Amino acid sequence: MAEPGKPVQIKVVDDVVIRFAGDSGDGMQLTGTQFTNTAAIIGNDISTLPDYPAEIRAPAGTLAGVSGFQVHLASADIHTPGDEPHVLIAMNPAALKASLRNLAPGGTIIVNTDEFTRGNLRKAEYESNPLEDDSLQNYMVHTVPITTLNRNAVEDIEGLFAKGINRSRNFFALGLTFWMYDRSLDNTIAWIEKKFQKRPEIVEANRRALQAGYNYGNTTRTFQIRYRVKPAHLPPGIYRKITGSEAIALGMVTASELADKPLVYCSYPITPASDILHNLASLKHFDVRTFQAEDEIAAMGAAIGAAFGGAFAATGTSGPGVALKSEAINLAVALELPVVIVDVQRGGPSTGLPTKVEQSDLLQVMYGRNGESPVVVLAPSTPSDCFDITIEAFRLAVRGMSPVFVLADGYLANSAEPWALPDPESMEPIAVKHPKPEDFQNGSKFLPYGRDPETMGRPWAIPGTPQLEHRVGGLGKQPGTGNVSHMPEDHQQMVAERAAKVASLVDVIPDLKVIGEDTGDLLVIGWGSTYGAILQAVQRAQRDGKRVSAAHLRYLNPFPGNLGDVMARFDRILVPEMNMGQLAMLLQARYLQEINSLPKVQGQPFKISEIRNKIDEILSQGLGTVGD
Amino acid sequence: MSDTIKLNRKDFRSDQTVRWCPGCGDYAILAQVQKVLPDIGVPKENIVFISGIGCSSRFPYYMNTYGIHSIHGRAPTLAAGLKLANPDLTVFVITGDGDGLSIGGNHLLHACRRNVDINILLFNNRIYGLTKGQYSPTSLPGTRTKTSPMGSLEQAFNPISVALAAEATFVARTIDREQRHMGEILRRAAAHRGTSFVEILTNCLIFNDGTFSDVTDREIRDDNRLRLEQGQPMIFGQDNDKGIRMSGCFEPEVVSLDDVDAEDILVHNDKLEGSQLAYMLSRMTRPDFPVPFGVFRDVDHLTYEEGVFQQVERAQAARGVGELKDLYVASDTWMVDDDRNGHNGHKGAIHDED
Ligand SMILES: Cc1ncc(C[n+]2csc(CCOP(=O)(O)OP(=O)(O)O)c2C)c(N)n1
Ligand code: SF4
Repeated sequence: MAEPGKPVQIKVVDDVVIRFAGDSGDGMQLTGTQFTNTAAIIGNDISTLPDYPAEIRAPAGTLAGVSGFQVHLASADIHTPGDEPHVLIAMNPAALKASLRNLAPGGTIIVNTDEFTRGNLRKAEYESNPLEDDSLQNYMVHTVPITTLNRNAVEDIEGLFAKGINRSRNFFALGLTFWMYDRSLDNTIAWIEKKFQKRPEIVEANRRALQAGYNYGNTTRTFQIRYRVKPAHLPPGIYRKITGSEAIALGMVTASELADKPLVYCSYPITPASDILHNLASLKHFDVRTFQAEDEIAAMGAAIGAAFGGAFAATGTSGPGVALKSEAINLAVALELPVVIVDVQRGGPSTGLPTKVEQSDLLQVMYGRNGESPVVVLAPSTPSDCFDITIEAFRLAVRGMSPVFVLADGYLANSAEPWALPDPESMEPIAVKHPKPEDFQNGSKFLPYGRDPETMGRPWAIPGTPQLEHRVGGLGKQPGTGNVSHMPEDHQQMVAERAAKVASLVDVIPDLKVIGEDTGDLLVIGWGSTYGAILQAVQRAQRDGKRVSAAHLRYLNPFPGNLGDVMARFDRILVPEMNMGQLAMLLQARYLQEINSLPKVQGQPFKISEIRNKIDEILSQGLGTVGD
Repeated sequence: MSDTIKLNRKDFRSDQTVRWCPGCGDYAILAQVQKVLPDIGVPKENIVFISGIGCSSRFPYYMNTYGIHSIHGRAPTLAAGLKLANPDLTVFVITGDGDGLSIGGNHLLHACRRNVDINILLFNNRIYGLTKGQYSPTSLPGTRTKTSPMGSLEQAFNPISVALAAEATFVARTIDREQRHMGEILRRAAAHRGTSFVEILTNCLIFNDGTFSDVTDREIRDDNRLRLEQGQPMIFGQDNDKGIRMSGCFEPEVVSLDDVDAEDILVHNDKLEGSQLAYMLSRMTRPDFPVPFGVFRDVDHLTYEEGVFQQVERAQAARGVGELKDLYVASDTWMVDDDRNGHNGHKGAIHDED
C-alpha cells in the first residue's frame, strides 16, 4: 500500500502490454478496445490481440468462458501484441487462472476481489484461493473490490435496474487503468455518450463507473507508480486504428473504385471472416453489392457469375468454407475469370478452433482441388497490409484473368494497429479492358480463349457486348476457341497455358527483400501474420551480433523470382509458421535447400522469444552435414 | 444493332453440333426456346444461359448467346451473381431433375425465395441421363435402375410443390411434346419479373422412355391432363366432360360434368397472392387426378436485385455517393505532425494533481 501523502511517481516507459481478462459477459473486448483507442489517439504505436471463446456465452465464471484482450502500446515501432503482459486486469478467478501463464515475472495483477467467492473459485478449478495462498508471490497484486465500488458509484441512478448495476464494472476497471497510464477519459466518455444516447441511465452509469475507477486510483494511493508511454515516432500523416477485416473491406472498395467497377462481395457468415461482410454491407453508398449466400458454394458461384458480368467480384470465408468452395474455385480456374477469394484462416481441421489463429490452409489453397489447378496466392503481413494486398489481389486477378487467394488469418483480421490514411490521388488506377466489337473489324476473330501476348490472360468479354456472344464452361477445351474438346493435345496445352499464365505473374511482382544483411548464417523466412514476431526476433538477434536476416513472403504463388537466390546466400533457413511446416515443405521441394521448420499450432500467435530461442538453437548447432 | 433487326430462330443457333441422343426430348425444348427468343424483345447479346451439369445442361453450348456451362447444381448461384453485376441481362438457368433438385436443391430453393429476376427451366426426365440412368429425386418410387435394381425406395419430389414452397413468384409446367404450349409458357416466364420456375417434362428415351406416356399417348392423354387457363373452369377429358371441384376440407375431386352444376367447377386463378390453390393443384397427380399443365402462380413482387439497387440508391441519397478519401476516415483519427512528435489528436487535459 502506498503511504498517504507521498506523491505518486510517474515513470516513463517505452512500452507496456496490458491484458484485460474477464468472463465473456464482462465486456472485456470493449474495455480493451476503448483503452486502445485512447492510446492510439495519443499517438502510441499499438498492436492488439483479442482472444475470446467460440461460445457466445460459455457458462459464467468458467475457464472456457474467459475472454481476453491484450494491447501493446509503445513509443517505438512495434509489430506484435507483446509476448507477455506486464499488467493483468482479472475480473474473476477464471480470468486470473487462464491468463497467469503468460504474465511477465514480476508483473502487476489487478483483481476484482468481490468475485473471488467459493463458487467462482470452484468454477475456475482453484483448490485454494490464490489471493490467500502464496501462489502469486512473484507478482505485484492489487486487490480491488471492483464490484462493490462500482455498485456504490452507480446504484442510486434512477431507472437503472438491479441487473444493470454490475454491467458497468468493466468501465470501473477501465477508469482505473486510465489513471494508471495517465490517460484522459474524454475519448471514452464521448464514445459512451454517443453509443448509449437513447439510454441516459446507462450513459450515466458507465460514466460514473469510469470516473470512479479513475478517482479510486487517484485518491486511494494503492498504486505508487503511474506510467507514461510517450507518443511513437510514426511518420507524419493522419492516422486511424484499423483491423485486418476493416482493411480488407476498404481494400476491396478501393480496388473497385480504382477500376471504376462495382464491387460484388458474396459470402456466407463464418468466424473469423464475417466481419468483412459486415463492413462491406455498410458501404452501399460506394455501390457495393453484398450477397449473403445460402452457403459457401453459392457464394463462390455468385462471385463467378458477377465476374462473368464484368464486376469486381470477391468472396471471403475461412478454411471450412474454402473446402466447400473448392469445386467452384476450379470452375473459376477453368473459366479464367478474375475473382478474389479471402481465406481468413483459423484452427483446423474440421470446425477446429473457430476463434483462434492458424496458417494451416496454405496447402489447401495451393493444391486442395482436383486436377491441375494453379491459382495466385498472396498473404498480408499486418492488419494494414491487408489493405494493400487486397488491392494487389484485384490487380493480379484482372491481369492474369485468374482467381486470386488472399490468405489472411484470425489474428490479422481481429487485431488492430495504427494506419496512415492513404492518399487516393497517389494510387495507380487498375486498368481493365473489355473487348468491343470494333476490336475485331479488320478480319481478326474474337477468340474467347485467345491470349494477350503480354499477360497471357484471355479477353474479358462481358454479356451485353454485341457480336462477342460466347460460351464458357468447365469441360476440357480447345485452345483459342474454348470449344469443348477432349483431344489429348488440346488438354495438355490448356493445362500448360493456365499454369504459364499464373507463373508469368512473377514478372510483375516485386523481388523479395532481405531485412538485414544479404548473406549470413541464417535466414528466417515467414509469411502472413508471423511477420511482426519474426521481424522483432531477428532484430534482437542482430542486436546480439548474430548473422541473421529475415525475409517475408507476401507472394506465395508465384514466389518472387529471386527467392531461390536469396535463400542460397544463407547457410541455413528457418521457417516459423502456425502449421506443421507447410511453407517449409513447399520451399524445400522447390529450391532443394534444407529447411528448419518451426511449427506452432496452439491457436496463438508466435511469441518473439519462441523464434528468438529457435534462432539461437539453430546457430548453436554448427554447420554439420550441410553441404556434405 | 441487333435490337432493330428482327432476329429469327437461326440467329440463336450456335456453330456447335447438338449431341443429345437422337429422339431426346431436349431437342424439342432447344427448338422452342430458339423459336421464342426472337419474340421477347431482348437483343441476343443481353441474353445469358447458365447451366449446371447433365445432358440438359449442355444446352448453353447450342445457343448463340452468352453462356456458362457451370458445375453440378450451382447454376442458380452464378445467375444471382451475374444479375448483381448487370441487372439488365435476361438470364436463363438450365437445370435437370438431378442437377436442380438433388445436388443443387438448396440453391434452387434460395433462388426462388430471393426472387432474383431469372428464368429457371428444369428439364425433368425423372432420371440421371448423363451418368447413364440412375434414379433421380423425381423418379417414381419403385423405379428400377442400376442403382435401384429392386426398385427405388424414396418418395419423389414434386418440383412444382417445391418451387411453390420456396416462394417462387412464377411457377409453371409444360412438356416437350407440346410445342405450342411450351412456347406460351416460355413467353410468359420471360415476361415475368422475378424468378420464373418452369418444369418441362422431357423424355429420356434411352434410360426412362415413356415415363410420361400417361400424358403423351394420343389415346389417353386428354383424360390424364388438365390445362390451367387463367379465369377458365378446370375442365378436361377427351370429351371435355370432367372437371375439378373442391370438396370438404380443401380436397379436390374429379367430377363428371353431367352430375354437377357448371358453377361448382373450380376456376383457375394464378394471380392469387396466397399459393394455396396453386399448391393444391401441384399435388394432383396420376392416377387419381389429371396432371395440371400451365401456370400455377404468377404474382408480382419486388425482385432481389431491385431491392439491392434501391438500397444502394438510398445509401447514396443519405450519405452521398461514396468517395475514397471519406472511406478511410474513421470515428477516431489523429494527426502525426511533421515534427514527428505525434501529439495532435490529444483531446482534453489529463487530470493530474501530483
Ligand atoms: C460434383 C459432381 N458430382 C457428380 C457428377 C456426375 N453427374 C453429372 S450429371 C449427373 C446427373 C444429371 O442428372 P440430371 O440433372 O437429371 O440431368 P440429365 O442428364 O438427366 O439431363 C451427375 C450425377 C458431377 N458432374 N459433378
Ligand atoms: S441419355 Fe437421355 S437425357 Fe441424355 S441425351 Fe440421351 S435421351 Fe437425352
